[in-house]
Amino acid sequence: MSKRVNSPDGTSIDRSIPSTLSDLFQEVILDHYRRPRNKGPLEAPTHTITMNNPLCGDVIELSLSVQADRIAEVRYEGRGCSISQAAASMMTERLKGAKLGEARALSAKFTRLLHGEEELQRDEKLGDLRALAGVSKFPVRIKCALLGFNCLDELVGKPVARGRGPGSGPGEHR
Amino acid sequence: MVAPPYDIEAVRRDFPILEQKVNGQALVYLDSAASSQRPRAVIDAVRRHYETSHANVHRGAHELSVRATEAYEDARACVAAHIGAEDAAEIVFVRGTTEAINLVAGSLGKAHIGPGDEILLTKMEHHSNLVPWQLLAERTGATLRFVDVSPEGRLVLDDYARMLSERTRLVGVTHISNSLGVINPVREIAALAHEAGAFCLVDGAQAAPHLALDMGALGCDFYAFSGHKMCGPTGIGVLWARRAILEEMPPYQGGGEMIASVTLAGSTWAAVPHKFEAGTPNIAGAVGLGAAIRYLNAIGLDAIRRYETELLGYALERLGEIEGLRIYGPTDERVGVLSFTYLDVHAHDLATILDQRGIAIRAGHHCNQPLMEHLGVDATARASLYLYSTFQEVDALCEALHLAGEIFCRSA
Repeated sequence: MSKRVNSPDGTSIDRSIPSTLSDLFQEVILDHYRRPRNKGPLEAPTHTITMNNPLCGDVIELSLSVQADRIAEVRYEGRGCSISQAAASMMTERLKGAKLGEARALSAKFTRLLHGEEELQRDEKLGDLRALAGVSKFPVRIKCALLGFNCLDELVGKPVARGRGPGSGPGEHR
Repeated sequence: MVAPPYDIEAVRRDFPILEQKVNGQALVYLDSAASSQRPRAVIDAVRRHYETSHANVHRGAHELSVRATEAYEDARACVAAHIGAEDAAEIVFVRGTTEAINLVAGSLGKAHIGPGDEILLTKMEHHSNLVPWQLLAERTGATLRFVDVSPEGRLVLDDYARMLSERTRLVGVTHISNSLGVINPVREIAALAHEAGAFCLVDGAQAAPHLALDMGALGCDFYAFSGHKMCGPTGIGVLWARRAILEEMPPYQGGGEMIASVTLAGSTWAAVPHKFEAGTPNIAGAVGLGAAIRYLNAIGLDAIRRYETELLGYALERLGEIEGLRIYGPTDERVGVLSFTYLDVHAHDLATILDQRGIAIRAGHHCNQPLMEHLGVDATARASLYLYSTFQEVDALCEALHLAGEIFCRSA
């Protein structure tokens, strides 16, 4: 899609949105950013953790209520960029009712999606999280997308090492 | 006499790094407040030093060491003249502003600051003029107090005058805020500090690149700045302090270079400034900083300031036209360090979009977390202008901001 407008000096300016950017900031991401799901305090959580990304100041607090190896309730609080906040919102949608093993598997899968594994873009288990596949083309933003999952990893144990790339550890600087 | 027009094209040709594409677009470097770029004159001076004159300094038993020592001390004299120091011995070479402030906190702090004493800072200090004092306060039991910042982004001077007391040992203030761009009245601040019997330290990291400095006229006791923000190399910076004060202060680090004599029982210190320069210094860095100062003076700090002021006016006007864009800091008595927020687009997202247009800006808290909290924002985007920035680059920034608006308004 090309859209050109005339600038004051008469030359035309390309105002179309480059596909790398429309892929990164997909409408579903902006929707989660502006209308976050499961955001707010959780009463009587069994697990809570707050993590931040010191580079850009993104913060996520994740709270779980785990009953008999299953995530009965999940909510988060946070502030930061669209990628970190949308990813956390999308994550909570996939976690409600999940077994802890499923939560760990989701985290591993999402990390692989962010590192460019294309077939995962068709994996329905990831739900809206698939919209974040475009982040793989912006390595400095991978940390943003992973912040919520870093919280989850800390709470329920890290997934099996497979597919965890560099830059995905909690509290890492780059 | 009419000043000759500022030859921006010639200035830009001096900076080889600017002639490149980033993400397929002509580079628009608007992150000079974080680190400026270097002109060929500086790159060449550093290269020439390594190719022709490098050896360790002050060990002068051979020709190259003599040359290196001369070059290093010549750079010191160059800095001293540039900032109106009375004596080259008042120039201590350090790694940068951060180390300069740590030096003062460590050395002066040890000698002069104790429990119940107060260190008066402001709410707009960079972490480098806050954390060293927090560490000192923890060590000594001193108390930190903070002068307020007005909604417009200026220091509340009435507040400052009220907070000064006989307990105040040191006032630490930034000359120019790295987030708000505001130029603080440091002369007045230093005078009031002295009336209260306190030292005054000025963080000049953002001021030294833009303003002609005169330590005599400024009236502070310590002035700290970095080379890499004023066209010089990284890893070299300056602490200026009055000679009498430096002579009173205990050493900061121990090692070679800073001693007069050493026995197993104890040591005596070299004269200032060498007392504060333990170990082999950043010789090439100092040479490069000297070259940067000569480069800036050849163009003329006044000419640069006039151009930057014109460009800043244009940037404020163009950015002011963008609906949903909010600039932090005052509109006058400021430099072209422009922090802003735009619609509900987070600064980090803005930086990614602008980067795709080849535009480099800073996003985040700018090592200014308490100030961000005071302003009620998590983060801002920051575009900063310098002597090589152009009107077209301001246009490119505005265009890219429109693009960011379009991307984020698709679903809104």
